[in-house]
Amino acid sequence: MSEAALYGLCSAVLVGIGLYGTIVQPEPLRKILAFNILGSGTFLLFGVIARRGAAAGMGGDPVPQAMVITGLVVAFSATALAVALLLRLHGAADKADAAQTPRRLGGKASGC
Amino acid sequence: MSVGLALDAGLALLASVLALWVVVARQAFAAVVGFVAFGLVLSLAWVRLAAVDVSMTEAAIGSGVTGAVMLTAVTRLRRMRPVAAAERCGRWTRTISIAASGLVSAGLAALAFSPTDPAPTLAPQAAAALPELGVGNAITGTLLAYRSVDTLLEKIVLLLALAGIWSLARDSAWGARPAPPGSGRRDDTLTLLGQVLPPLGIVVGIYIVWVGADAPGGAFQGGAILAAMWILVLMARLADPPAVGRIGVRLAATIGPIVFLAIGFAGFALPGGFLSYPPGFAKPFIIVIEVALTFSIAVVLGLLVLGPPVRGTER
Amino acid sequence: MSVLRDLATIVLVSAGAVFFLAGTAGLLRFPDPLTRLHALTKADNLGLGLMVIGLLPQAEGILAGLKLVVVWLLAQLAGASATRLVARAVRRQS
Repeated sequence: MSEAALYGLCSAVLVGIGLYGTIVQPEPLRKILAFNILGSGTFLLFGVIARRGAAAGMGGDPVPQAMVITGLVVAFSATALAVALLLRLHGAADKADAAQTPRRLGGKASGC
Repeated sequence: MSVGLALDAGLALLASVLALWVVVARQAFAAVVGFVAFGLVLSLAWVRLAAVDVSMTEAAIGSGVTGAVMLTAVTRLRRMRPVAAAERCGRWTRTISIAASGLVSAGLAALAFSPTDPAPTLAPQAAAALPELGVGNAITGTLLAYRSVDTLLEKIVLLLALAGIWSLARDSAWGARPAPPGSGRRDDTLTLLGQVLPPLGIVVGIYIVWVGADAPGGAFQGGAILAAMWILVLMARLADPPAVGRIGVRLAATIGPIVFLAIGFAGFALPGGFLSYPPGFAKPFIIVIEVALTFSIAVVLGLLVLGPPVRGTER
Repeated sequence: MSVLRDLATIVLVSAGAVFFLAGTAGLLRFPDPLTRLHALTKADNLGLGLMVIGLLPQAEGILAGLKLVVVWLLAQLAGASATRLVARAVRRQS
């Protein structure tokens, strides 16, 4: 098994784990984490494609690698925006809670 | 089985186990710590795939800055209401999700084991056009010359995310200072770090941007290191976060795309149109773009980690 | 001469790896956060130090060797500061 095939297998596993986590996790922050893992698996697949395109004295094809760098930065900005939305949502929900209903017992914060 | 392949197998296994830990860990804090470790293992995998620039970006941005944002979120969410038990999903959803994810994984794995032969590549074309750019690193050439529109749009995406985060502030806090990161406790160890590391970090960051022309490095990696030094100084309470309504902050965040766009529109004077460089004279333009871009990236990454403005109406 | 150099590298890097193993074993087996921090600093200090000293004969020049030493010193600074911060947090909680 070549190293490209090994990392291709790893990226498939990461995409599967990330997909499962995004669907199944009830807390939004855990969903965002699992979505980031899904993204990392996709980027790793790009890296495998780049590695297979090694030619002209370079270790890998530079174009997919540049696209992965772009993708990493865009994924970070999306994550930052999603986390800010989540914090604001929780802040607003807490204020609405405290204003209207009496203190009720929430369930345990367990995953699925 | 050679030593390199054994190392690759170990890294792939470690990355998969860490990903599983992030998804099934009971506490959100443990999941975030696992995510940071996962990012570092993945940057080692990138080195094994001969992509050192991507490895640096993954360590700096994918695992470092994202981890900082997640940790801040976990500590703030801990004080808030936990998830109600009714939102937990049932057994059927879980089984179907496992089946669906397994199907997607199997499909991708089949792709990995039956690749196209010969492998498609753009490396020869990229390498052939490098000498006239004066740049030795093919990835820097791709980011700033061949696919420079992608880099420009990526920078604008960063600005859009920043605008989105700022718009989440309350009306009374518009244009005010964001909350400083960390707990605010005056700690002498943190003060020592905040005084010793930033000079070193600034030198290292600028060096990485400069050396990115011919060796692995570049504007994004250097900018991320500079942003990290700024966040460290803020965390040690050696400086205050700037008020985001000030014109200086907004100019610092946008100077990168402005310079990029100016050089891009100037390219209309040449055959080739938008963002074309004069032949044989491309390197000075690339350096100017990189300097402006690094400064902007450092400011925007730091502001993204800080979050929306929270204090009163001070400007 | 190069055989001696390679031998020194192998011996020193293996010794560093032993310290990393010891640190990991301590992290997994010790009962208390403070004792676990104590195990981790061994990996940071001596483990990384022996590895850096072992890699110095292989460096391509004085500048590359200096960079390796600076990496080690930075790792020690970060490790020591993080250890102190975590220990303070642990003591504050208990």
